[in-house]
Amino acid sequence: MTNAAQPRSKTPPPNSWSQWPDANGRFGEFGGRYVPETLMPLVLELEQEYARAKADPKFQEEFDWLLEHYVGRPSPMYYAERLTKHFGGAKIYFKRDELNHTGAHKINNCIGQVLLARRMGKTRIIAETGAGQHGVATATICARFGLPCVVFMGETDVERQKPNVFRMRLLGAEIVPVSAGTGTLKDAMNEALRDWVTNVATTFYVIGTAAGPHPYPMLVRDFQSVIGREAREQILKAEGRLPDVLVAAIGGGSNAIGLFHPFLEDESVKMIGVEAGGHGVDTPMHAASLSGGQPGILHGNRTYLLQDDNGQIIDAHSISAGLDYPGIGPEHSFLYEAGRATYRTCTDKEALDAFQLCTKLEGIIPALEPAHALARVGDIAKELGKDGLIVMNMCGRGDKDIFAVAGHLGMKI
Amino acid sequence: MTADRISATFASCAREGRAAFVAYLMAADPDIETSYQNLLSLSEAGADIIELGAPFTDPMADGVAIQKAALRALKAGGNLTVTLEIARRFRSVNTSTPLIVMGYANPIHRMGFATFARAAADAGVDGVITVDLPPEEDAPLRTELAALGLAVIRLATPTTTEKRMETVGNGSSGFVYYVSVAGVTGAGVGTEADIAAGVERARRISKLPVAVGFGVRTPDQAAAFARISDGVVVGSALVEEVRAAVDLGDPASSVKRISVVAKSLSNAIITARTVRSAH
Repeated sequence: MTNAAQPRSKTPPPNSWSQWPDANGRFGEFGGRYVPETLMPLVLELEQEYARAKADPKFQEEFDWLLEHYVGRPSPMYYAERLTKHFGGAKIYFKRDELNHTGAHKINNCIGQVLLARRMGKTRIIAETGAGQHGVATATICARFGLPCVVFMGETDVERQKPNVFRMRLLGAEIVPVSAGTGTLKDAMNEALRDWVTNVATTFYVIGTAAGPHPYPMLVRDFQSVIGREAREQILKAEGRLPDVLVAAIGGGSNAIGLFHPFLEDESVKMIGVEAGGHGVDTPMHAASLSGGQPGILHGNRTYLLQDDNGQIIDAHSISAGLDYPGIGPEHSFLYEAGRATYRTCTDKEALDAFQLCTKLEGIIPALEPAHALARVGDIAKELGKDGLIVMNMCGRGDKDIFAVAGHLGMKI
Repeated sequence: MTADRISATFASCAREGRAAFVAYLMAADPDIETSYQNLLSLSEAGADIIELGAPFTDPMADGVAIQKAALRALKAGGNLTVTLEIARRFRSVNTSTPLIVMGYANPIHRMGFATFARAAADAGVDGVITVDLPPEEDAPLRTELAALGLAVIRLATPTTTEKRMETVGNGSSGFVYYVSVAGVTGAGVGTEADIAAGVERARRISKLPVAVGFGVRTPDQAAAFARISDGVVVGSALVEEVRAAVDLGDPASSVKRISVVAKSLSNAIITARTVRSAH
């Protein structure tokens, strides 16, 4: 780690980690464009338009302006001193994306995609949501730009995420409860895809995570990479060196890839994603696609999926509705197989414990999603020892989860 | 045989001056045995080509009717292996009606593209439609199927431009499945003029027969499409007969119900062109 403090060249060498995806939207063997023919022309058009937008300084300027003045970026890099002492190992920093407008990292991506939709002349926005965070972020941006917004949400999730459903309605979005399948996030995504196929001429589909057909995994990653770019600069300023380990929770994996990507060329920096272990990866009740799944094809991409021997998709389970998805973004599948990032799991119970610990020691109520990451941060801090340095993405705040947590703890509000 | 059985069927329909009746049912819906009987019923009632749906948990291009059929089939023990077993049984008693497996990529990917292609050929399947494998992604399956003489049937849609139709046509075999409207199966239909233009484009560029599907429910609609295409695909309307039989608590009655509906569709398609010229 002697060279760790040296920032690397800005131009990545050829065949570097950050060059992906290739021209076919592949991250190694993962990704691609597995969509019905009706959507292919649109997916190809989106790819072209995104390339034009990236080269347009005005697009970047508007994106940056909104991130600064509307979202409140940059988000702080916070030294979690009491948690560091508590675990007795490496120094722990939080990248505080829970302080963003709407309370999570989701809005970074929504702004980017809605700006793209406007460039493409689309007049109607659709989105899927599980916990409701992506739905709220999308509805927020749509309100800001005066665009009609339709959010597909599993019937089960509509019932267990009432505050977010109300927020979306206040913001002017139409909520479509999805009863097909098991009424959770994957079914909401199926239904959003069906709507998109039907209204392809007018409609832009704002996908909430770094998954789906190319170019979505790439563009969501790019929009979320503001997290890692800020984090890199901030930690160098605070500690004079790069962190040893980055830690982030993984559902689809957008907050994790946003944090990881700008560090991919820094070989000394290890990356650990934390999947939702539910009742345990050795039980059928979990959402750990890498730790407990196999490669497959769903929702437009080839990636690790929870599935049975016949290739039928298995329902995910997690205490966190935001992690309750049977797949994962294709770039994570690639980084996992290549060994550039490693992935661990955290059970529902461990996440609940970490949720309470963080609240009591740091006065920060984390969302249940980053509480999963935090549970593993304790182990990693001990593994690294006192000289170690960890940056964890505090990707969302826990206001939305207090009712669910109270229920699990047997408390009445 | 294989892909040849498909071209022979279109050729013989063309000689008769009519479109082919392409009928879809979900394998193992409402149960494995009845599903097999339903296929026999379809071919006896005049289906020229049969599409056998392979059930999948997440059928993102299908409307409610076929989504529910997939769930019934999965509950009855349906999967890709069972789908091929039903196909094999059908083929053992019917050697002339082309049989096409239609489904989604993941179950095929899980079985392995080469293993699936061999198993499908062994079962007497003539072609495969994989809804979420567009031309850009179907090469690994296409090469395996083509090597065994199975047709790779692709979809063309109202969003498929002239230029893109070349991509769709290049590597297609059997026929082109023209999706009448941007939407899911069982949704509304596009205008006849738009469909006619789309069919003409698909036929001219692919040099293959073109069958029209998605949203064909009534004999009148089937007749209208039969005048402008080489084949008419009916799925949701037949699948709804299975649902109706299940709802009445008599799943086996779907055999009779399907026969009645298929006969009226077949008749409408056979007489479509003569009826119009009589006007």
